[in-house]
Amino acid sequence: MTGISEPLSAPLEVGFDYTRSLGPVLGRFATALRQRRIEGVRGSDGRVHVPVVEYDPITAEALDDFVEVGQQGTVLSWSWTPHPLEGQPLAHAFAWALIRLDGADTPLLHAVDVVSPQEMHTGMRVRVRWSDAPVGSIRDIACFDPVPDDAAAGGTAADHTGEAPPLPESTSEQQEPVAMTTTPVHLHYRHSASPEESQYLRALAEGRLIGQRCPACGKVYIPPRGACPTDGVPTTDEIELPDAGTVTTFCIVNVPFLGQRIKPPYVAAYVLLDGADIPFLHLVLGCAAEEVRMGMRVRAAWKSRDQWGTTLENIDHFEPTGEPDAPYESYARHL
Amino acid sequence: MSKHLAAVLGTGQTHHASRRTDVSMGGLCREAIDRAMADAGLDWPDIDAVVLGKAPDLFEGVMMPELPLADALGATGKPLIRVHTAGSVGGSTGNVAASLIEGGVHKRVLAVAFEKQSESNAMWALSITPPFHMPVGAGAGGYFAPHVRSYIRRSGAPDHIGAVVAAKDRRNGSRNPWAHLRQSDLSVESVLSSQMLWDPIRYDETCPSSDGACAVVLGDEDTADGSPGSVAWVHATSMRTEPTTYAGRDQVNPQAGREAAAALWKQAGITDPLSEIDTAEIYVPFSWFEPMWLENLGFAQEGTGWKLTEAGETGIGGRLPVNPSGGVLSSNPIGASGLLRFAEAAMQVMHRAGEHQVPGARTALGHAYGGGSQYFSMWIVGTDKPGGRR
Amino acid sequence: MTDPDVAVVGFAQAPNTRQTYGTTNGVEMLVPILHEVLDGTGLTKGDIGFWCSGSSDYLAGRAFSFVAAVDAIGAVPPINESHVEMDAAWALYEAWVKIRTGQVDTALVYGFGKSSAGDLRRTLALQLDPYTTAPLWPDSVGIAGLQARLGLDSGQWTEQDMAAVAARCRTDARTNPHAQISGAAEVSELLAEPYLADPLRAHDCAPITDGASAVILADADRARELCARPAWITGLEHRMESGNLGARELTTSPSTAGAARAAGTDGVEVAELHAPFTHQELVLREAIGLGDEVRISPSGGALCANPMFAAGLTRIGEAARRIMDGSARRVLAHATSGPALQQNLVCTMEGHR
Repeated sequence: MTGISEPLSAPLEVGFDYTRSLGPVLGRFATALRQRRIEGVRGSDGRVHVPVVEYDPITAEALDDFVEVGQQGTVLSWSWTPHPLEGQPLAHAFAWALIRLDGADTPLLHAVDVVSPQEMHTGMRVRVRWSDAPVGSIRDIACFDPVPDDAAAGGTAADHTGEAPPLPESTSEQQEPVAMTTTPVHLHYRHSASPEESQYLRALAEGRLIGQRCPACGKVYIPPRGACPTDGVPTTDEIELPDAGTVTTFCIVNVPFLGQRIKPPYVAAYVLLDGADIPFLHLVLGCAAEEVRMGMRVRAAWKSRDQWGTTLENIDHFEPTGEPDAPYESYARHL
Repeated sequence: MSKHLAAVLGTGQTHHASRRTDVSMGGLCREAIDRAMADAGLDWPDIDAVVLGKAPDLFEGVMMPELPLADALGATGKPLIRVHTAGSVGGSTGNVAASLIEGGVHKRVLAVAFEKQSESNAMWALSITPPFHMPVGAGAGGYFAPHVRSYIRRSGAPDHIGAVVAAKDRRNGSRNPWAHLRQSDLSVESVLSSQMLWDPIRYDETCPSSDGACAVVLGDEDTADGSPGSVAWVHATSMRTEPTTYAGRDQVNPQAGREAAAALWKQAGITDPLSEIDTAEIYVPFSWFEPMWLENLGFAQEGTGWKLTEAGETGIGGRLPVNPSGGVLSSNPIGASGLLRFAEAAMQVMHRAGEHQVPGARTALGHAYGGGSQYFSMWIVGTDKPGGRR
Repeated sequence: MTDPDVAVVGFAQAPNTRQTYGTTNGVEMLVPILHEVLDGTGLTKGDIGFWCSGSSDYLAGRAFSFVAAVDAIGAVPPINESHVEMDAAWALYEAWVKIRTGQVDTALVYGFGKSSAGDLRRTLALQLDPYTTAPLWPDSVGIAGLQARLGLDSGQWTEQDMAAVAARCRTDARTNPHAQISGAAEVSELLAEPYLADPLRAHDCAPITDGASAVILADADRARELCARPAWITGLEHRMESGNLGARELTTSPSTAGAARAAGTDGVEVAELHAPFTHQELVLREAIGLGDEVRISPSGGALCANPMFAAGLTRIGEAARRIMDGSARRVLAHATSGPALQQNLVCTMEGHR
């Protein structure tokens, strides 16, 4: 037994730059943003929604009555963000605000750049600060700035601030309507192994293969389980397993894909270790892919000891032992 | 038998394609919904509740997309349930919607399922390897290919059976105006000569990656009786789940599928599925799953499903036309694929399947599975009321 | 034809903690409580007609994270099962519907979430409009603050009112062994604390919690066999609001009001409200129409333990427990989902039928 110790955990990064197609309504909104204009859409009750909505919140009808609105607005509510999170509009403390733009009826959620909450109040006037290089995204609005009291009058649809940096030279591509937007979603997690799996992983770091038996059905699981999937109780009695076994079934992966960590082609095989009651997936190398067979006897090829960690990757792959194939009956119930 | 009858009043689906970049997620859903509502002859005020089904949220990068999509789904002010049972989710969506009527809770329910795979990359989302694990996974194909190999070994099926299924389903798909792949010219030989991706699964034996949505409007007995068009009565529904792996698990012919089917036939009063079911829409993302599921569902004895396929009995005109729509092999908007099976089964018994109509179909099966062949959902729909009720 | 009565006959919850050692598939939290809730009714897993769970892939950071949770059941032979990507209160709704169809007579519902695995307040930004709002990554506390200030500015509530909610919840939580936060608290002391995110102080916000809970439902015949005082469900309703934050009435919760009206709230003595922020309890009380005579969240509520995707189910379990232990005759439970109370469920239960 490894004894009572903290279960293992490690970072898990989940990230993708999502490509969102916009369709006609959101596309028109994005196209206007790229031109440093803001368009809303009129709903069934006459309210002008900014940002645009594709379907009416009351009747679910498709909406397409566009209305250009102003670039100044009024703060209807706000909250203070002393410590911005990754991806938020500003890297320093700022206020989230619900901002009703002039000419709109429903407010937009965005950031207001002020140095302290004392500078925020409901009813204050704010105006758009445009990003330097608009692409057709809500983030073309970098944030909002307070409008000094003496400049707060007016604020109609025609009220452009005139303070935005000049738009970059437009290319023919930029004159096309915006149809897509890219949204990076990168999240950071901490992945934990179960206590049972942690014992197994720590044994792997010592070059040992540890299974556990279910106290109810007696089956030997490797990796051990927080719950035997048949009985719903944790596996317990530890059993050291040999690093040799039988290929039950397999496939040859020929296809490359995003995020792949092993170069194809490779054989992904279910290996049933001698004495285990469940196979696990691993690589089979050491022979031509087309020579791998169901029933083939294989043994672990370990990486050199200095590369070992708490992972099954300590076993680089399995390779044929040269023994005669296991009879079909010996693994038929593990398919 | 449930206390209240439910029936499909209308169905709708999108044109499925690898990249529906002309629409947003809401727009995609609404194409299917608007068609289903028109098919049912209903309008928004008629709908009591909405059920949304979708596969993992990581595919679109939206956590619970039904929340931002509430207006597009017409769910604002109404009850909405979001179902997620892995790849079987589309089927579960249909079953949950039916249960809302069978339980006497609602009169008219809208079921919607969608996937917009082009927002990201499903192979990526399905192959994220957590720490400590061997990065052997290679998406759904890599997962299922070893089990297909096991099936071939166990059944002794000839190598070309998968190609027979692929050629048949793509030919069927060419008669379906909504299908993503419409390949009337695919032959067994050309499938066999296509690239081996996840040996033993070839390129042409693999489902495409699609954007698409499906919607089904269900109603209670009174509404169905008053419906201007034909309806599809729900005769039986069933769902079963088992763990992904356990010692001694049969991954080729999973017990959960067998038990789901047995419960389904019993509920519908069916004793000989092969002769009593007129057509079946079965979730076949990789061609070999047709014979595997024929056995799992009880249409054929274990080890003999491939003989029905080989003999052409699963083509339109055969004893059991399977996937006359072209099936998952012709369109695979993952979260919607199960509801498409359920909707296509309904379209057959409503006699609204157009060019891919199975002549005279009166009783049809819709089937979906998910996870590691461990989640199953199914329904049987019929032209007539269950139990010969009028 | 009368629809069958359905009752809650069992409830169990895992310890609510800031961080569990367990996996994101919840197995370590679920195994003990599934046994506890089954043992409490004398049922075995094979007796359960239908299973339904609620959880979130984004909480776990993995596609299909709920699949491995099935291991905790020991689902061999296979089970009749479903899953919602929602708080498990909606899984209970699906199970309640299933029993009403007459196809099954019992159901076990569970929910779980390990919020500590990721950055919850950031992850929840992905519930907002993916085109016009989520790209700004508005965090859940920031959104709640906007909602809170609307009510403060309009005079609908004060910071004192909000602090009083926190003080009452924390005081009540002292008798709840499952609570994550508890202790005597004075409103004046709470208000002396600095803002966490003006206008919210730490006491206004639910903690980040890892947890799980489970409930067993049964039809009329089985409920009477399994439980001395079943908590009969007299109303179970839920409603959705627009995903367009700016188009919503953020201080009145029309979806809660609609659900409560449909469920019927007459004579409610105890209400367990799923309010992750103090001002949201004030919104909910108003929307449901709960008077001063109604005991609010005697468990301490979500402000003292908020296991995402289980906390709503826990409210139903906590409310039902008051019936099952004979301390109340008519109770109400509420569950919420989505940003700023976007979707709401109301469940009423009573002791005698």
